[in-house]
Amino acid sequence: MLSDKELQDINAELAHAATKASASVDALNIVQRHQGWVSDEAMKDVASMLDMTADELDAVATFYSFIFRRPVGRHVILVCDSISCYVMGYNPLLDNIKNRLGIAFGETTEDKRFTLLPISCLGACDRAPAIMVDEDLYGPVTAETMDGILEKYK
Amino acid sequence: MNKDVSIKVCMGTGGIAAGGVEVMSTFEKALASVGIKAAVQKNCSMHKVGCRGFCARDVLVDVIIDGTKSTYQYIKPDMVERIVQEHVVGGAPIGDWLVTDDYHTFHDKQVKVVLSDCGEVDPEDIDSYLGRGGYEAVKKVLTTMTPQETIDVIKASGLRGRGGAGFPTAVKWDMAIKATGPKKYLICNADEGDPGAFMDRSVVEGNPHAVIEGMIIGAYAIGAPHGYVYIRAEYPLAVERLHLAIKQAKERGYLGKNILGKGLDFMIKVKLGAGAFVCGEETALIASIEGKRGQPKAKPPFPVQKGLWGYPTIINNVETLANVPYIIRKGASWYAAMGTEKSKGTKVFALTGKILNSGLIEVPMGIPLKEVIYDIGGGIENGKKLKAVQTGGPSGGCIPANMVDTTLDYESLSKVGSIMGSGGMVVLDETDCMVNVAKYFLQFTQSESCGKCIPCRVGTKRLLEILTRITEGKGREGDIELLESLAADVKTSSLCGLGQSAPNPVLSTIRYYRDEYEAHIYEKRCPAGVCKDLLSYSILEEFCKGCTACTRVCPAGAIIGEKKKPHKIIQDICIKCGACFETCKFKAIKKG
Ligand SMILES: Cc1cc2nc3c(=O)[nH]c(=O)nc-3n(C[C@H](O)[C@H](O)[C@H](O)COP(=O)(O)O)c2cc1C
Ligand code: FES
Repeated sequence: MLSDKELQDINAELAHAATKASASVDALNIVQRHQGWVSDEAMKDVASMLDMTADELDAVATFYSFIFRRPVGRHVILVCDSISCYVMGYNPLLDNIKNRLGIAFGETTEDKRFTLLPISCLGACDRAPAIMVDEDLYGPVTAETMDGILEKYK
Repeated sequence: MNKDVSIKVCMGTGGIAAGGVEVMSTFEKALASVGIKAAVQKNCSMHKVGCRGFCARDVLVDVIIDGTKSTYQYIKPDMVERIVQEHVVGGAPIGDWLVTDDYHTFHDKQVKVVLSDCGEVDPEDIDSYLGRGGYEAVKKVLTTMTPQETIDVIKASGLRGRGGAGFPTAVKWDMAIKATGPKKYLICNADEGDPGAFMDRSVVEGNPHAVIEGMIIGAYAIGAPHGYVYIRAEYPLAVERLHLAIKQAKERGYLGKNILGKGLDFMIKVKLGAGAFVCGEETALIASIEGKRGQPKAKPPFPVQKGLWGYPTIINNVETLANVPYIIRKGASWYAAMGTEKSKGTKVFALTGKILNSGLIEVPMGIPLKEVIYDIGGGIENGKKLKAVQTGGPSGGCIPANMVDTTLDYESLSKVGSIMGSGGMVVLDETDCMVNVAKYFLQFTQSESCGKCIPCRVGTKRLLEILTRITEGKGREGDIELLESLAADVKTSSLCGLGQSAPNPVLSTIRYYRDEYEAHIYEKRCPAGVCKDLLSYSILEEFCKGCTACTRVCPAGAIIGEKKKPHKIIQDICIKCGACFETCKFKAIKKG
C-alpha cells in the first residue's frame, strides 16, 4: 500500500505530466524517497496509477540504475569508477572502503547503515577520487578523510 | 568607517564540499561583530558565487575593498577572523593566504564567454545576473529581431553544438523553423554523462540564467512554446539552482505566457535522469522524457522531424545554449573573431588527471594543447613526464605527448584520431598504462550499452574481454589485429553514437602505443608498471637498510627479514598492492 503522502506526491506529478506514462520515473523516485527502494507491491500500485501493467513499469525501472529494486541501507555510498578517478587513486580508495565496511559492491552492511554501489563519473573529476554519500559529494577522498565522512552518517 | 566592502565566497559544488557554507557564515558573524555589517550595511555585501574553475584551491574568497580585489585560497572558517581584523578593518591583506602566481597564470590565457559570469554572479539571485546585462539579449530579440534574423546572427557567429558532434546550431534551428505542426519542443541536454567532464554542471550551478536565457532565445527562433531541461540526478545542486532560476525568471516575466508583453509563450520543465549514460543521446533522451526505457532509435527520422511525442524537437547542449545570449548581446562578428576558420568562439574544458592545476577552463578554439597543459595547467603533477592527453571521453582518443602542438579545434582533433567531444580532458603521465586506460573506457561503454543492438552489446563485451586478458598477461598473438577488426565492425554497425564511437579509445591507443600492447602480449610486461598480473616486487639487497618499514605496511605479511638486515619478499604471498614500494625511503623496492 502506498502511503497518503506518496499518493499525494504522485498525483501532483501526474497533474502536470504530459502523459501518465511520462511520469513513470518520477513516480518511482517518489516511492523510493519514502521507502528507500521499490518493492514488487509498490511497483503494482504505481503501475495502476499510470495505467500501465507492473511488467511494463518494471521494464522501465530496471533500465535506470538509480531505481533500486532491492532494499538498500539507510545511506548509499556511490564510488566513482570513471577515468579521472581511476587514474587518481580509485583502486586503493575502493579497497579501503570495502575493508572498512566489510562489503562489496551491491551489498549492504549488516546494520543496514550503508549500501555500496559503483557509479560512473560524478562530475567531480577535478577532485578525484570522488564519492557521493546520499546527495553529498566528497573529493578528493583519502584513507584519512574517509573516517570523518562515514561518521556523519548514522 | 565608510569603506566599500564586498566579499565573494565560492559556492560551487567544489566550494561547498570544501566548507564554503561555514566560511560564509563565519564571515557574516565576524563582520557583524566588528560592526561593519551594521555600520555600512549598504556598502558591505556578501555573495555566494558559482564555480570559478579552480576548485582544487577551494574555498576561494574575494575580498574587494573600494574596488581593489584580493583573492584568498584554501580558506577555512578559522582563518576568517584574521582576514576580517587585518584586511577588512586594518587594510592589510594577509600575503601568505593570497592566491599564488599560478592562480593568475591559470586565468591569464583563458578567454571567458560562457564562464564570463560564473564566479561573478550569485546564481541564486536573478538581480545579480540582470545587473551584469542578463536578459538583455531576450529583450533585444523580442523587440528588434524576427526569428529568422535571430537564426541568421547565430549562423554568422559560426556557433557549433558543444554536446559532442559540433553540428552547426543555426542549421538545426533552420530546420526547426521550417517544420510545421501543432507543437514543437526545445530540449536542453544537461545529462553530461561523459566521464571526466563537468562543464555543464558548472555552468548550470554557476550561471543558470544564461542557460534559461539561451533557451528563451532558441524557443523564439524556432517557435517552440515548450521546453525541457533533461538533467542528471547526480547533480543535486545544479538541479536545485535550476529550479530556483526558472521560478525567478517566471516571476519577472521572462518565462510563461506573453513574455515581456511581446506575445511569446515559453515554459521550461525540468526532467531528472536516473543514472543511464545513453540517455544523453538525443533519441534515447526523448524516450526517457516520455517515460520509457531510454533506448536510442535509428535515425532518420531525426528529432527535428519526429521528436518528443512525435513533434518536431530541437535538442541542444547546455554550453551551446549558454553561448547564445552573449552572441546576441555582443554580436556575431565579435564571436566569430575568436577561434579558427571552422571552429569559432571558445570551448570550455574540464582539465583533470595528473595535472597540477586541475579545474574548469575556457579557451579560444584553436589554442595549442601545449599552452593548455603547461601555461594554464601548470604542467604535470609531481614533476613526472606527460604521456598523453585523453579528450572526448569514451568516444574520443589520446593525443600522445609528442603531439602537444596539436591545436584544439574540431578539425585538428579529429585529424589526430581524437575528438573535441563535450570537453573532458584527462592528462596521463608516464605511470599510466595505455592498455589499461583503453580497458577502463571499454568497461564504461560496455556497462552503459543499452543492449538494444547486437554490435554494441556483444561487440563491446568482446573488446573488453580481449583487453582484459592482455592486461592479465594472457594476451595472444593476433589479439591486436583482432581488436582492430572487431573495432571496425562495432563502429560501422552499431545503432547509435555510443556503439559507433566506443572503439575509439582502443583504436587510438593502438595507433600511438602499439609497442605497449606488444610488450603486454609478447613480453608479458607492463612498461608503465600498472598491470598487477604483470608486475612483481622485489628488494634490492644493496639498498635495503632493514628498517622494517615495509614489513609493517605489508597487508599480506609477505615480507620477512631481521632488523638491520636486507629483507625479502615472498612472491607467493605478495598481493602486489605496492604499499612497500610507496613506503620505502631508500628506493630498495624494485617494481617490474
Ligand atoms: C551515447 C551518447 C551520449 C551523449 N551524451 C550527451 C550529453 O550528456 N550531453 C549532450 O549535450 N550531448 C550528448 N550527446 C549528444 C546528443 O545526442 C546531441 O547531439 C547533443 O545534445 C546536441 O546538442 P548540440 O547540437 O548543442 O551539441 C550524446 C550522444 C551519444 C551518442
Ligand atoms: S571521473 Fe570520477 S568524478 Fe569524474
